[in-house]
This record gives sequence, structure tokens and C-alpha cells, in this order.
Amino acid sequence: MSMINYAAREISCKIVYYGPGLGGKTTNLEHVYGRVQPNTRGKLISLATETERTLFFDFLPVDLGTIRGFKTRFHLYTVPGQVYYNASRKLILKSVDGIVFVADSQVERMEANQEAMQNLYENMQEYGYDLSTMPFVIQYNKRDLPNAAPLPELQAALNPGFEVFETQRQRIAPDPYHAGENLIDQIPTGEWVERAPYFEAVAVTGDGVFDTLKAVSKLVLKTLA
Amino acid sequence: MRSLQQFLYDSNARCAMLVDRSGQLVATVGEQPRFDATSFATLTAADFSANDQLARLIGETEFSSLFHQGEQESMYLVDIARRVILVVLFDNRTTLGLVRLKVKGTVEELARLFTAMFQRARDTKHQPNILAGAEDEIDRLFR
Ligand SMILES: Nc1nc2c(ncn2[C@@H]2O[C@H](COP(=O)(O)OP(=O)(O)OP(=O)(O)O)[C@@H](O)[C@H]2O)c(=O)[nH]1
Ligand SMILES: [Mg+2]
Repeated sequence: MSMINYAAREISCKIVYYGPGLGGKTTNLEHVYGRVQPNTRGKLISLATETERTLFFDFLPVDLGTIRGFKTRFHLYTVPGQVYYNASRKLILKSVDGIVFVADSQVERMEANQEAMQNLYENMQEYGYDLSTMPFVIQYNKRDLPNAAPLPELQAALNPGFEVFETQRQRIAPDPYHAGENLIDQIPTGEWVERAPYFEAVAVTGDGVFDTLKAVSKLVLKTLA
Repeated sequence: MRSLQQFLYDSNARCAMLVDRSGQLVATVGEQPRFDATSFATLTAADFSANDQLARLIGETEFSSLFHQGEQESMYLVDIARRVILVVLFDNRTTLGLVRLKVKGTVEELARLFTAMFQRARDTKHQPNILAGAEDEIDRLFR
């Protein structure tokens, strides 16, 4: 849950990077940590196993700028992607303001991606959070690998869209990040659906990392506006 | 906060911090910590929530306090009205027994304070929306 501190003139929000094990969540945070000015970020805390797999979470606080005289401070968390760490994963989701789903583009990881997405829905539901109305973006990571699945396949599997029921929202909304594509659209069977904004990324080189972070941060701030 | 100061004085502890359950630092009293307080607050909340789950697994509803003992520095963490965590940092100049004894009254007082505060917040419901109409400014920030 976002918190406004009037005394310190600071707004803080919580963003969680979710997704299958080894998808690149921790790598996203490491890149952000390495690239932002040291005076605009805190320490990167990683609770990890000996083999650098996330055990509980990674945490990085970053300031992304000032709005209306308030510093916007984002608390970035990653969850452990490995299936059996679900208890910790659920804890990290508590009071979340925005979610980045980091998918592993490799064909072999398609099933793991889908399982992680399903797990995200379930855990959100247990808290009574509604993913379809919450700031949510999807990152297709590891686009550099030769075995990366084509985008349309990933989109169909992981981002089919939530049905839009309110009639006043049933009109085409273009995707600001991809010319010629729409976020809200009518599908051939007649239903209106809204897809999450998506980004291609190569987290190891940093490609797409900030695009993803900026998009989700913007969505989070807009829910406060 | 007066009562926290009194507690530090009575118990000879170095510093007390209030951290909310989501990991935000609310207040620090006593010696200013020389470590990274933001990380500290996040880990405290994580520590507490992990222990809540452990408690549930063994059939307790919660562990209302936790104690971590070091060679020089130790810490004692207490739940306050299930809203906030009070963290007490202390060293060899005092003992866990004394800290625990002296903190009792403070915890009760803070619990009343926070319960009333959260009740008020619930009653008033709407906080002034400082970002209302700031869409353009948000767009510019993230261009
Ligand atoms: N080729 C390639 N490798 C990547 C990319 N992003 C991350 N990796 C590698 O994938 C491995 C796993 O990355 P992590 O960031 O640790 O994955 P994670 O999602 O945090 O994994 P868990 O903590 O287990 O959930 C590391 O060896 C990274 O270097 C990418 O874009 N391309
Ligand atoms: Mg990780």
C-alpha cells in the first residue's frame, strides 16, 4: 500500500517483480542498482541461497523523481521464483501497489511461465487483490537467446487479456509502447479485452529494464492521481 | 514518544525504532543508528512476517515478540497492536530481562495510541489527494 509521508514530503510505493525461477527478476534489480545515481537509491538487499537463487526476496529502494513537491520513492522487491518457496512469495505480495511479471522467453520455460502466472493470480486472490485493476506489466526477458519463443506466442499464452465489462471502457485504447497495437480491443468473438502493457528485455545488458520499471511506476502513480 | 525516551533511560537500551508492518520506518528514538535504516526496517518487517507464519505452523496465532542475541549488540522486537513493530537495540550495558520488564508499559501505551490513530484514519477515510490532477506531471516525469 502506498504511503504518503507529509513531513518528509515523500510518497512510497511497493513494486513486486514476480515470475518463474531463473527468469531474471534479480538481474532486473541489479541493473537498476548499477545504473541510477547512488544518491537516489538505497542498498540492494538480497536474501539468497549460496547459489544466488532468491530465498526470500531482494529489495531496492529508488527515487524516481519529484511530483507536486513530493519525492517518489519506489520499493522494488523480487520474489523467489522456485515453486516450493510459495509461502515467502505470498508474504512479499502483501500491500503491493504494482506488479512486473518477468517471463523467461525460452521455449522450454513456457510451462514454468504459465505456472508462475497462475500462482500469481491465486496468491493475489487470497489477499483479495484484483490483478485486472492493479498496475501490472509483463516483461518478456532473455530476448537475446536463440531459443526465445516468438512474441505472439508469449502474448497468447501469458497475456490474453482480462475481459472488460464496463460499457464506457469498451473502446479501443492504443498501446503507447507499440505502434499499431492496442491494449483494449475487441476480439473476434465479440468480447472486449484489456491486455497488460508488455516489454521485451535482455536484463543482463539492461535492455528494456528501465522501460519496464518506468511503465509500472507511472501506472502506480496514476492510481493515486 | 516521551514514553519511549523514558523507556530508553530506564532500561539503558541504546535505541528504539518503530517500523510499520509493511517495512516503512516510522520513528527512531535514542542514538541515531549508523546502519542503513531503510534496509533495517524492511528486514524487520520481513523477519516478523516470516515468524508469524512459523507461529501459525506450530499452532500459535503469533509470536508477539522476538529476540536476537549477538555478542555485543542484541535486539528485541515487540508487536504493537498488530500494526507496528517496536525494535529495541541494546548492548552489554543492560540485559534482556530489564529491557523486557521496562518495555511493557510503553508497549501498552503505544498500542492504545496506534489503535486510536488507525481508528481515526479509518473514520476520516479520505486523505487529501495530493496527486489529484497530476497526470501531466506524471507523464512528463516518465517520458
Ligand atoms: N541470456 C540471458 N540471461 C539472462 C537474462 N537475464 C537474466 N539472465 C541470467 O539468468 C540467470 C537467472 O537470473 P536471476 O535474475 O537470478 O533470476 P531470478 O528470476 O531472480 O531467479 P530466482 O531468484 O530463482 O527466482 C542468471 O544467470 C542471469 O545472468 C537475459 O536477458 N539473457
Ligand atoms: Mg532472484
